[in-house]
Amino acid sequence: MKTEPKTATLPAYDVVVIGAGPAGMACATEASRAGLSTLVLDEQPRPGGQIYRDIEASDSGRRGILGKDYEAGAHLASGLRASTAEYLPGAVVWNIDSEKQIDFSAGGGSRSVKAATIVVATGAIERPTPMPGWTLPGVTTVGAVQILLKTSGVVMEDLVMVGSGPLLWLAATQLIAARTPPKAIVETVPAARYREAAKHLGKALPGWRYLAKGFAMMREVKRAGVPVHRDAEEIVIEGETAASAVSFVSGGKRQRIETAHVALHQGVVPNQQITRLMNCRHRFDKSQRAFLPVLDEHFETSVDNVFVAGDGAGIGGAKSAAMRGRLVAMRVAEKAGRPVSGERETLKAALRKDAAVRPLLETLYAPSEDTLSPADSTLVCRCEEITAGQIREAVALGAPGPNQVKSFLRAGMGPCQGRMCGLAVSEIIAAAKGEEPSSVDYYRIRPPLKPLLLSELADFGAEEAPRQAAE
Amino acid sequence: MPQRIDGSGETVRFTFEGREIAARAGETIAAALIAAGETTTRESVVSGAPRGPFCMMGVCFECLVEIDGVPNRQACMIAVEPGIAVSLQKADEVAA
Repeated sequence: MKTEPKTATLPAYDVVVIGAGPAGMACATEASRAGLSTLVLDEQPRPGGQIYRDIEASDSGRRGILGKDYEAGAHLASGLRASTAEYLPGAVVWNIDSEKQIDFSAGGGSRSVKAATIVVATGAIERPTPMPGWTLPGVTTVGAVQILLKTSGVVMEDLVMVGSGPLLWLAATQLIAARTPPKAIVETVPAARYREAAKHLGKALPGWRYLAKGFAMMREVKRAGVPVHRDAEEIVIEGETAASAVSFVSGGKRQRIETAHVALHQGVVPNQQITRLMNCRHRFDKSQRAFLPVLDEHFETSVDNVFVAGDGAGIGGAKSAAMRGRLVAMRVAEKAGRPVSGERETLKAALRKDAAVRPLLETLYAPSEDTLSPADSTLVCRCEEITAGQIREAVALGAPGPNQVKSFLRAGMGPCQGRMCGLAVSEIIAAAKGEEPSSVDYYRIRPPLKPLLLSELADFGAEEAPRQAAE
Repeated sequence: MPQRIDGSGETVRFTFEGREIAARAGETIAAALIAAGETTTRESVVSGAPRGPFCMMGVCFECLVEIDGVPNRQACMIAVEPGIAVSLQKADEVAA
């Protein structure tokens, strides 16, 4: 029998923004300024997202280490705090139905709200980086290293950073500023990539500030005397019960660095969990090498009144995310019949300028072949311990796509629900079939988006929304 | 060993596997464990292999621990509280 929630009794908002990173903070501030009733749901205890994590709590010492671009998040957080938007931290969204009823857990219980418009501002996650030994304790993402620095001022003196991308260099310079430079950087960018990327240099020039920052970061790493091993491949993280060394081939010979702490990075990709759950259409973007929600010029998805703001719509960085957050709010206000701010065109022009550097970055820092096409014996699904070889075998046995591989092997069925393997699984299946990831697509995402405690369900709606029994 | 770059903040004490951990108020359990040199927080339910915090942002579920007897808690998403008893999530305990 179909359940009919008593929607009339649920709190309702013009806009519910999910996520309080740069896009979510900017969007909610702008939407409430336009007179729309706005609720922000965010998993973290304080606003900022991952890029501006703990921005409100950081003192001048921490901000000095993390740099000016980090500090820029402070005005977004204070803007949100000063706005009339309701901000609910510690709220984990676990389901959204087609009527835009949002179920979330907060403070040990579950609650629901109704939204006229949903803005998904859940940002990016790090790309899966399957390689031998990547599940060993002591191995984290580069993002995790930054989060430890931002939230706790915790650093590792023997950190070896492996991979590629702007975030890797940024984190390296932050660690240098914190007086614990990484022990080494093992960069996986093939030498030929620099030539390919150079083709985009002319068009990237409006974004020269980003290029200048990039060169400055590399110079700083050099000045600090951090060994940088370029063009590295065949990376293996060694260890029995924890990481003990990284070995790789660079400059034509295998090298080995002893360490208990390894940080991996191959760029960031949109977090698709909510847009997939809501059955929004997605496409595979070859330049970003990731699935992106299909959006109109105002960032609205294929589902009416569901928007994506920020990196979840395609990777553009924090500045771009905040601008896109504001533009989404302006469009939502416009659809609600409110006057459109004259600033919109200026913002759009600034957004285009900010994006100029992207094709160069996406070419230079495209994911390494080794992580896109891991060896048969490498674990791809960390939760269920499924190897690349098992996935290829399932394809050979006739599994046409990720969802069949999931039912054959349980890949993507563990607690992370495919967040850590989904993109890699799509890539491996596509390569095995000689197709593009766009045609094999991605896991279907079902509720609950995050595993719930029974106590959270037992408490469901107790506060304000008695729901009819579902039998 | 991990280090702390500054001495700010109030100290909060809790236990992990019976060992006392000194954390900073407001930080997550996962951050406190890493700072204390505890990199293993769970055993894989499939092979029993040791695992530890990986993403620190709530997406990888590698830092699942048991907190005061409640299993499957994300150590990177939950702030430390004085006196909590945190333990390794063992493979055989979550098989069901």
